[in-house]
Amino acid sequence: MKGNEAIAEGAIRAGCDGYFGYPITPQSEVMEYLFANKIKERTGMIVLQAESEIASIHMVYGGAACGKRVMTSSSSPGISLMQEGISFMAGTELPCLLLNVVRGGPGLGTIQPSQSDYFQTVKGGGHGDYKMIVLAPASVQEMYDFAKLGFELAFKHRIQVMVLSDGAIGQMMEKVELDEQVPRWTDAEIKAMSPWATTGKTPDRERNIITSLDLNPVKQEIININLQKKFKHIQETEVRFERIQCDDAEYLFVAYGSSARICQKAVLLGRERGIKVGLLRPITLFPYPSDELAKLAKQVKGMLSVEMSAGQMVEDVRLSVNGAVPVEHYGRLGGIMPAPDEVLNVLEQNFIKEKTYEPHTN
Amino acid sequence: MSHIPTRDEVIEPENLVYSRTCLLTDNALSYCPGCGHGTAHRLIMEVIEEMNLQADTIGVAPVGCSVLAYDFMNIDMQQAAHGRAPAVATGIKRLHPEKFVFTYQGDGDLAAIGTGETIHVCNRGENITVFFVNNGIYGMTGGQMAPTTLPGMKTATSPFGRDVETMGHPLKITELVAQLPGTYFVSRQSVHTPANVRKAKKAIEKAIQYQKLNKGLCFVEIVSNCNSGWKMTPLESNKWMEENMFPYYPLGDIKVPK
Repeated sequence: MKGNEAIAEGAIRAGCDGYFGYPITPQSEVMEYLFANKIKERTGMIVLQAESEIASIHMVYGGAACGKRVMTSSSSPGISLMQEGISFMAGTELPCLLLNVVRGGPGLGTIQPSQSDYFQTVKGGGHGDYKMIVLAPASVQEMYDFAKLGFELAFKHRIQVMVLSDGAIGQMMEKVELDEQVPRWTDAEIKAMSPWATTGKTPDRERNIITSLDLNPVKQEIININLQKKFKHIQETEVRFERIQCDDAEYLFVAYGSSARICQKAVLLGRERGIKVGLLRPITLFPYPSDELAKLAKQVKGMLSVEMSAGQMVEDVRLSVNGAVPVEHYGRLGGIMPAPDEVLNVLEQNFIKEKTYEPHTN
Repeated sequence: MSHIPTRDEVIEPENLVYSRTCLLTDNALSYCPGCGHGTAHRLIMEVIEEMNLQADTIGVAPVGCSVLAYDFMNIDMQQAAHGRAPAVATGIKRLHPEKFVFTYQGDGDLAAIGTGETIHVCNRGENITVFFVNNGIYGMTGGQMAPTTLPGMKTATSPFGRDVETMGHPLKITELVAQLPGTYFVSRQSVHTPANVRKAKKAIEKAIQYQKLNKGLCFVEIVSNCNSGWKMTPLESNKWMEENMFPYYPLGDIKVPK
């Protein structure tokens, strides 16, 4: 199945209660798949096409505040419109699953794949001091798996989980191993699990209020400090990454998503050429595998951050290694994907051969 | 000297002719004295109590003067981003079709920044109830021009009066949504006299009862005063409202079930 279909199926099987979305290329298959699969009859899940991405994210807000497993998906320009709602969900600590199938920008840009929304996603695209858990799938299987994992993490930490994919992962077809249907939660389960949810005030408890407003700066600072504690705890406990041929590596690619797939091939090509090169693939972009990169910095002679962007994640690689090893960036822009031999050549030019390489500029 | 009765003597049960609904909290209202919001809050909560709907109700508060509505309404509530209450309520109602779901919004929230959400929630015929308090001004932010500000009306951002040539016309959004097939009951009321309070309460009752029929969206506008924003005494503002607001926003049912 397609990556976009896989995450839709993953959400259904993870016991998702509702999807609210608005069509945009290259991810419209998510909502199309849900409608085509008659999910109301299958699990009771609801799907609604909203009038805008802004409305979609606020419908997610309403559902999430009831303790339901809800989600939306979009692509870059649509995700920009959702930043208001994401910030409000950060402020109210509402769990939800979000998907960005990134396309090239800025503006309307292109419908081709890109990774240029890293800053927006990982550094907080909306207003205020907040973070989301960011999962970066590199296969159709991971698109499927991250729906369930995303909901688990979202409810474990009362946080928004963004699956940061791209047009290539969303559109490509691969085999997927499916697992059993997780039942949707009953109202009683929601009340027990999420006692904060607005389910109707009963005599046994005070009223539940979902709000991000507190005009008292002293209280608002405490709210913010508690949020930061949560993010720190997530940084300490939820880091996920994949090491590919890192054990004896002298040089390292750092790449996520589609770029990691390209670099995986480049590692094989490099090994054929006798270069001891490995790949560190961050699976969580927040929390970022900084400690692992710091360890690898003691082992390798150079790191190349490969991204389909002008250099966004490379800043986190540099912060992680803190000058211990040279870190370079290579990226293609505007919907162009680099080829494996292309990134390997850049690695060689940067760290092995004499530096004669001129970066690609057009 | 004659005996002046103490508070406790006055509130003997046999003297009690009216008591506050238990669905209003003990928090002091943050609204300006003379403002209609308090009465509107009270009426909605009274009806929810009388219909025994507290455990089934989820309300959505807006951004504006009534941003803190959840401080006063003793029900489960969500606070929405500016203008997005209809989308939030849609999310709730789709996942909880058995609950009574309402939004409480002002004119800036509902008829300016949230126009898209308002039109589409009505057009989808979501089975929710929208309470719309229209005072023709942005009260919370200090009296700026609203979409419903009358022609010639002076506000902080129309200091020489609203010039419809450059600032547009007051938006009759209630008449607009009444035309959509998704709305079931649309009414405009006020709460500035006892007679109007009784009429408004009847409209609120209908708007809540009809939600149970799943026939579409119920929309109740309450034309209200903003004595602070209009820079008048409460009594002056009510008189001004009768003389200026009501001709433009006439009271009464606009759409009733056939």
